[in-house]
Amino acid sequence: MSPAEPALIRYILTGVALLFLGLFLLIPLAAVFVQAFEKGVAVYFKAVTEPDALAAIRLTLLVAAISVPLNLLFGVVASWAIAKFDFPGKSLLLTLIDIPFAVSPVIAGLMFVLLFGARGGVFGPWLTAHGIKIIFAAPGIVIATLFVTFPFIARELVPLMQAMGSEEEEAAVVLGANGLQTFFLVTLPNIKWGLLYGVTLCTARAMGEFGAVSVVSGHIRGETDTVPLHVETLYNEYNFTAAFAVASILAAVSVAALAAKKIMQLKVER
Amino acid sequence: MRKKNRVLPGFGLTMGFTLVYLGLVVLIPLSMVVVSVSGMTLKDFIGTVTDPRVTASFELSFGASLTAALINAFAGLLVAWVLVRYEFYGQEVVDALVDLPFALPTAVGGIALTAVYAENGLIGKYLALVGIKAAFTRLGVVIALTFIGLPFVVRTVQPVLKDLDRELEEAARSLGAGRWQTFRRVIFPAIMPASLTGFALAFARAVGEYGSVVFISGNMPMKTEIAPLVIMTKLEQFDVKGAAAVALVMLIVSFFVLLAVNLLQWWNGRYGTAG
Repeated sequence: MSPAEPALIRYILTGVALLFLGLFLLIPLAAVFVQAFEKGVAVYFKAVTEPDALAAIRLTLLVAAISVPLNLLFGVVASWAIAKFDFPGKSLLLTLIDIPFAVSPVIAGLMFVLLFGARGGVFGPWLTAHGIKIIFAAPGIVIATLFVTFPFIARELVPLMQAMGSEEEEAAVVLGANGLQTFFLVTLPNIKWGLLYGVTLCTARAMGEFGAVSVVSGHIRGETDTVPLHVETLYNEYNFTAAFAVASILAAVSVAALAAKKIMQLKVER
Repeated sequence: MRKKNRVLPGFGLTMGFTLVYLGLVVLIPLSMVVVSVSGMTLKDFIGTVTDPRVTASFELSFGASLTAALINAFAGLLVAWVLVRYEFYGQEVVDALVDLPFALPTAVGGIALTAVYAENGLIGKYLALVGIKAAFTRLGVVIALTFIGLPFVVRTVQPVLKDLDRELEEAARSLGAGRWQTFRRVIFPAIMPASLTGFALAFARAVGEYGSVVFISGNMPMKTEIAPLVIMTKLEQFDVKGAAAVALVMLIVSFFVLLAVNLLQWWNGRYGTAG
């Protein structure tokens, strides 16, 4: 160990760092729960169980239930191709997979309006003629969420599978295992914590996405409002306590995701 | 380095699926922005993106994102340092909390920050005492963007700092360098590329951010209206092409930031201690 700083400097640096995190993270997080319960438990439960809130929760769960498995499939398949084989253009492919991280959520929503919107969308006239509604309906919300959460699982698995190497899989194949057996019996046990972590992140983001979904949803209360959009609707109606009550559900989910991440991280380190 | 591998099956199938899925979900939709703008005349495009309300929003988005990323570059370095080098009660909890802006839905972050930093809020009322108005001003935009970019610098610097060879520092110390000199000449150069990567990622994220900003900014045109909100407003007025024009400018900036990040990561891999 190199000699540490004098105790006083250590305390000052730690204090300033914790103050910064307190002002920007802890106090706002605590404020969500404080505001949610400001008018008592009864008001809280009324806000989270009224029909529009329940409809929003159902829609959000549906969106996550479709988009997360699809991106999980992509993440596993893409990381197999990228981590286990060498091919030209690999870093370009990784950069392309990262695109949704760098694109503004609002632009993500806009792209799908340009594709499927009834006004100004490329497939708009065709979809209208066939009575199919994507924008301002659930399918648009699912597609926008699919885009926004696209890289999460792949980005978690690629470095993990690269670090594992391929020796174990090669041994399995040489001993006669087929591709799927090799994956499920050899690769999967090695990557399960990283996979679970990626799925957790992806789910949290899928349930919480706001900007992209806001563009394509159309904000029809009780129909195309997801939980974050319902929070916005309530907030804009100056119904602050109800807005924070519904928001506290999402905040609780994200705190659970963070705790799960920490536990998985400690398991991997062990 | 891995060598060429022909033993394992499934390359054609998995690569094919990867490319098709990438094309359908990401590349084709993204190209629509370019296709849509190419349907405009050059005069219309320039007219749209140089409209005073639009340029004011670019100025705010880029300026506030830069400020927030700079705050995070310093604060993030400090947080990473404290988490790696010191021990204190509740360290693991603090470490987990750093990722909160990644996990918390942006709309929830937005209303929470507004509640806390409004004039009657927990922190806002103390700021008001010294005459600082945070919510519904440009300062509010910077606060929201600092929140959203906070994890990036911490998470890029932390692993590099962890892997840093302590012997180098000991060598510097035994050769007579002071603590500050050791930091400046030995530690700082090693973590510089990672800090820059984190800074660029935080900036890129902040430029496109929407949910956490719209509640705290007040959304006054020419004053506190960010670029993503301009896109939103144009869409609400069914000006799809105008929205695509503003989006294209933002995408071009994001592209260059992403390019810079990739160059930095390459530099980091070459000169830094992290692989």
